[in-house]
Amino acid sequence: MAVLTEEQTMLRDMAAEWVPDRAPVTAFRRVAHEKLGHDPELWSEIAGTMGWAGILVPEEHGGSDFGYLSMGLVLEEMGRTLVASPLIATGVLGVSALRLGGNAEQQAAWLPRIATGEAIVAFACDEDGRHDPANVKLTAKRDGDGFRLDGVKAPVSEGVSADLLIVAARDEAGEIVLLLVPGDAAGVTRTRLDRIDGREAALIRFDGVIVGADAALTGGAALLDRVLDRGRAGLAAEMLGSATQAFDTTVDYLKTRVQFGQLIGSFQALQHRAVAMQGELLMTRSAVEAALAALDEDRDDAPMLVSLAKAIAGDTLRLCSREMVQMHGGIGMTEEHDAGLYYKRSATADATGGNGAFHRERYARLAGY
Amino acid sequence: MSEAFRAEARAWLEANFPPSLAFKNPVPYQNDAPYAEGDPDWIVWRDRMAEKGWGAPGWPKMYGGGELDHEQTKILTQEMRRIGAFNPMKMTGYTMLGPTLLEFGTEEQKAQHLPGVAKGVTRWCQGFSEPGAGSDLASLQTKCVDMGDHYLVEGQKIWTSGANHADWCFALVRTDTSSKQGGISFLLIDMKSEGVETRPITLISGSTHFCEMFLNAVKVPKENLVGEINKGWGIAKRLLQFERDSLSEGRGEGVPLLPLAQERVGTDAEGRIADSDLRTRLVAHAMRAQAYNLTMGRIAAEGKAGQRNDALVPVLKNLGSDVAQVRADLIMEILGEQGLGWSGEGYSDVELDASHQWLHARAFSIYGGSFEIQNNIAAKVLLGLPSAPAPGR
Ligand SMILES: Cc1cc2nc3c(=O)[nH]c(=O)nc-3n(C[C@H](O)[C@H](O)[C@H](O)COP(=O)(O)OP(=O)(O)OC[C@H]3O[C@@H](n4cnc5c(N)ncnc54)[C@H](O)[C@@H]3O)c2cc1C
Repeated sequence: MAVLTEEQTMLRDMAAEWVPDRAPVTAFRRVAHEKLGHDPELWSEIAGTMGWAGILVPEEHGGSDFGYLSMGLVLEEMGRTLVASPLIATGVLGVSALRLGGNAEQQAAWLPRIATGEAIVAFACDEDGRHDPANVKLTAKRDGDGFRLDGVKAPVSEGVSADLLIVAARDEAGEIVLLLVPGDAAGVTRTRLDRIDGREAALIRFDGVIVGADAALTGGAALLDRVLDRGRAGLAAEMLGSATQAFDTTVDYLKTRVQFGQLIGSFQALQHRAVAMQGELLMTRSAVEAALAALDEDRDDAPMLVSLAKAIAGDTLRLCSREMVQMHGGIGMTEEHDAGLYYKRSATADATGGNGAFHRERYARLAGY
Repeated sequence: MSEAFRAEARAWLEANFPPSLAFKNPVPYQNDAPYAEGDPDWIVWRDRMAEKGWGAPGWPKMYGGGELDHEQTKILTQEMRRIGAFNPMKMTGYTMLGPTLLEFGTEEQKAQHLPGVAKGVTRWCQGFSEPGAGSDLASLQTKCVDMGDHYLVEGQKIWTSGANHADWCFALVRTDTSSKQGGISFLLIDMKSEGVETRPITLISGSTHFCEMFLNAVKVPKENLVGEINKGWGIAKRLLQFERDSLSEGRGEGVPLLPLAQERVGTDAEGRIADSDLRTRLVAHAMRAQAYNLTMGRIAAEGKAGQRNDALVPVLKNLGSDVAQVRADLIMEILGEQGLGWSGEGYSDVELDASHQWLHARAFSIYGGSFEIQNNIAAKVLLGLPSAPAPGR
């Protein structure tokens, strides 16, 4: 754990208390089972009571402006119990896009509503099943002062319930532009995608959707990259939490399950694999915290550190959730046990915002390999 | 404050570090006394660092140290790494014996032994392992008998790095046979004592830096006992922690991989390393190495803030040896057939160093407690996993 400020320690402790109490894995099971996407009551607590949707929102718009490392602490705790919430889409991607690329009116229109949890945001970048921001095809043609959008986005996290869509499009000059599109705009059709991890993702069609000139954020492809990096780092923090919990649950099981007349945790073959996981978790935590700190300081090496964090968090969550299933044996394969939930989540979280291969390649280019 | 120190350290290092040593692999200098002392630039570097007190940066000045605080020490390390410099005192005496004596030694022992270590003029070896006691170190048998005015030591040690060039040895000896761990004592032995005999053993890397050591009725003065009689195991465990600590710190980076790969393997039209499989693995290694270095930095920062967790050290040692071994493998791959030289003509220094370092690197996961033993310790101490029943039960 990074050396935290007093404020951060308080935030972390509050999250560590609230999450298992109000949003244990059983709460996620209900959300997943009933295909709710997220539980609106829980979200109003997350945003309203706890104030977490506003962690990155400037104070003049009703937030606390605590920064990315602080947001990471909360997301990590949420990852522990697999909380399904729009916090990354709204509080990280949405807020970052508006802060980094929005003008005063756009910020004033949305940030206060985000901070209270009243507005949910979805960030729509991916189109064809492989994260690749360079490959945005949805078109934004000039239409009077505004734009006309045609194309498809999928998967879009929280895309079913979002009040505001921030859409990555390509204009006539071939440049990337980010546009604010109200979720209920004419020509927008949203379909819920039923995915293995039970979370909310949508396929969204844009058929001649018209938005005004005031819809565009400033910054183009560079903005898209910066916003994505903030979301990726937030997701990596959440993945660190999930991996840590998968590991903790597994180590506990090794201390209680008896076979051959002894605790299975006394078998060296399992002990060594448990220690190996611990090593990966140590390195993942370092990478995640370094990435978040670099974003807070807006450092030049932030993109590299984010790719490091996302890649290693993906590997580690896959490892820990895989071993969680394996070391629990038959019970780990049952729907009733939590192991499968972490295992399923490992695949969707890894794919979201770029998988290990994507980020290793990106790191390679940034490092000059 | 710290920026002023950084500027001072940078200026001093640039004025005093001999450029011929830059990015050289420091391992031979640490393990092979004749090699180190045969290099006049190394002697110059050692003596300048000794005078400055930066070879033992955190130690008190009265023992030849620099009395730098934690932050300054970290900055010094960073600045050295930047120009490919290494600490010439980073040998057994400095990394293991020094901190142990600072914690357990008498005033006289500290005054007698620490300054020579801080100046890099006294070499120490570690007499722990025996032919029958490797991983199971506490089963050691070397006998030590109280003769009234001195101790008499009789037995055999093995794998004693640098024993043939050492001035002193810190050894574990058996002073009571009725208790395994409770019958061990920690003794400082002058290697010039009568009855000490060393025989070098050649390693697969060709290095003969380590030895068999025979102790034939060696007389040791009583003031050379560290701590109490039969209480040596606790001191040894602490020393092994220091050893793992220093081993997990990384072994000096050596030659940078990326420019070497670009030069030797070539690049494609987009400037990428031409061999895509090798490029992929180089990047995966670079990322793990960065994550590892970030982890070491994080743990140090946490330690400074009072959140030190020694139980992590075995995990870090294993991560560190893995990173270093993969690095050695990759250099060999980059160099191709030019990395296969053993000695002599046709091979550059970098190339010859690569093959020897590759062979030596296998030791990282054996010495200082093997990979498996580190995992056993971590499973028990860090994760609280139950012990296996004793064999034969
Ligand atoms: C280059 C080098 C330098 C060294 N320098 C020194 C020195 O200066 N001073 C000194 O005192 N010693 C030194 N050593 C010795 C080193 O500490 C021992 O080699 C090491 O502790 C392993 O002991 P061993 O060689 O007897 O192997 P063994 O203990 O016989 O182990 C053989 C294999 O069995 C495995 N094993 C053993 N027990 C277990 C277990 N319980 N669970 C799982 N696996 C197990 C080991 O991991 C290893 O793979 C050095 C060794 C090397 C290679």
